[in-house]
Amino acid sequence: MEHYLSIFVKAVFIENLALAFFLGMCTFLAVSKNVRTAFGLGIAVVVIQTITVPVNNLIYQYLLAPGALQWTGSELLAEQDLTFVGLISYIGVIAAMVQILEMTLDRFFPPLYNALGIFLPLITVNCAILGGTLIMVERGMTFDDSLVFGFGSGVGWAMAIVALAGIREKMKYSDVPDGLRGLGITFIVVGLMSLAFQAFSGIKL
Amino acid sequence: MKFLRKKLDQIEPLFLEGGRLQRLYPVYEAIDTFLYTPGKVTRGASHVRDGMDLKRMMIFVVIALAPCIFMALWNTGYQANRAAASVIADSPDTADAVRTLIEELGWRGSLLQALGWNPAAGPQFLWNLLHGALYFVPVFLVTNLVGGLWEMIFACVRGHDINEGFLVTGMLFPLTLPPTIPLWQVALGISFGVVIGKEVFGGTGRNFLNPALTARAFLYFAYPAQIIGDRVWTASVDAWTSPTLLTTMGSVRHITDTTYADVLSSLNLTAQDAFMGWIPGSMGETSTLACLLGAVFLIVTGIGSWRIMAGVLVGAVGLATILHGIPSDTNAVFQIPPHMHLLTGGLAFGLVFMATDPVSAAMTDTGRWIYGILIGAMTIVIRVINPAFPEGIMLAILFGNVFAPVIDWVVKEQNIRRRALRNAA
Repeated sequence: MEHYLSIFVKAVFIENLALAFFLGMCTFLAVSKNVRTAFGLGIAVVVIQTITVPVNNLIYQYLLAPGALQWTGSELLAEQDLTFVGLISYIGVIAAMVQILEMTLDRFFPPLYNALGIFLPLITVNCAILGGTLIMVERGMTFDDSLVFGFGSGVGWAMAIVALAGIREKMKYSDVPDGLRGLGITFIVVGLMSLAFQAFSGIKL
Repeated sequence: MKFLRKKLDQIEPLFLEGGRLQRLYPVYEAIDTFLYTPGKVTRGASHVRDGMDLKRMMIFVVIALAPCIFMALWNTGYQANRAAASVIADSPDTADAVRTLIEELGWRGSLLQALGWNPAAGPQFLWNLLHGALYFVPVFLVTNLVGGLWEMIFACVRGHDINEGFLVTGMLFPLTLPPTIPLWQVALGISFGVVIGKEVFGGTGRNFLNPALTARAFLYFAYPAQIIGDRVWTASVDAWTSPTLLTTMGSVRHITDTTYADVLSSLNLTAQDAFMGWIPGSMGETSTLACLLGAVFLIVTGIGSWRIMAGVLVGAVGLATILHGIPSDTNAVFQIPPHMHLLTGGLAFGLVFMATDPVSAAMTDTGRWIYGILIGAMTIVIRVINPAFPEGIMLAILFGNVFAPVIDWVVKEQNIRRRALRNAA
């Protein structure tokens, strides 16, 4: 149990995808103007991460990794190393999952579906999602670990985007110099947020 | 005083619309309102008239800081003089030791000697104040000159008034620094704090992080050697280290047979010392008593939120008590009892003066409790669990600042929902 807790805490705080690794910046900066939308997108990312990372873990473990095909019983297949098709398989899985989520949202939560708009399909190419999978592969996680890690990294990213949206809503009252309006100041805000998130760097779990 | 008023009125047209020095109007306005009550009054009937304007509020914070400033002067000198006396006492040749000491202390040493200072005599009240002032005043001046210059430039270019908010930042920032900090780093730090932490958002009241803490965090990560460790807390006397409780407990983290009691006795530290504040540390934060006086003043005048202070207290003491109860043989920091967490390090100072910054803190009453508890708990988490940093209050408050808007948002939404339900029924 402690092992899973430590993976979760690490994924949420210490290795926060957005504020420690700076992954998924495009959606992070673009959809953070409003807390409610940011929250919706955050939930979408949590759901996608929690599904895709473990699914990709299974694909890696039983299809792609060197010697992964041993379960087929064929010696020829068992010798194969299919990791070179890794990227394309992971993206395929992510795309399929996003498609399913999109249809579900469209059917059951139309307001959220409309609010997310173009950014929902964009999750497919969000580097935070692919990054999560690649980190999982690189660390050679087991299936259980990858489930916890996927959920944790999604929660961390969601937390970061909600906090950013809160700050940006508050910043409606700010008077930012013309040259910095919009993305410029948002980059500075993200930098300052990640300064505060340095609080966790160095914790060893 | 009449003369001054007349002079100011005389040059005013120069700075008004169409005047030759129109661009420098904020400078004129700042000097004028600094000396006299602002001449502008509200004309509409719908305004609340109250003597408590931003200026008075900021000045009250500076007054609340007075005990801390006094302790900064006295304790910095006390630590330095104690170190000096002890180095000389250890040396066989007194005259030679004094000469080396004065050399090591640089211009401060020469100045003190010229005034008739006897380093062998040990800490004496007036010499403590004087010696401390030689450390504090330069840092303070650099902070206010450089930071004030940035304020002025932004005010003139962007056409807003120079705001008294900077006085508080310029007061808080030097108090959080170690006495031996190089002055160019002070200048760099306050520049970052004022420009990136505040002015790019439009000035006082529009930022989301506490500017003084942003400045300190910048220095903390950019130049760790000058701001953490055992060597930075006292005057630069060779071979003299001044370990604090937190750095020492942090460094014995993985030694199983060192206990908290051993560290206390090796540091010669008691809870009373820590409460009164004659221990090494950043200039203004060592004395819990001084912070307590400031807290009483802030709460009585209604400037600092007691909810935030209580929240930080509850969060820090609560989590510290829980962690204190966990036996750990790999991490000695677990052994620090809750009251020592409160008395050592910057927790008390941050709790009273930094967390309560009205701009960057949560603004709703419920939100203030949550915000405070978050900060308190985070402080203890960083101190105890994170081996990279001995002290946590600075980053904990910045962390709280980041989440304050969301906390407010959630409280507000809950409130709306509750009212909607009540009215529907």
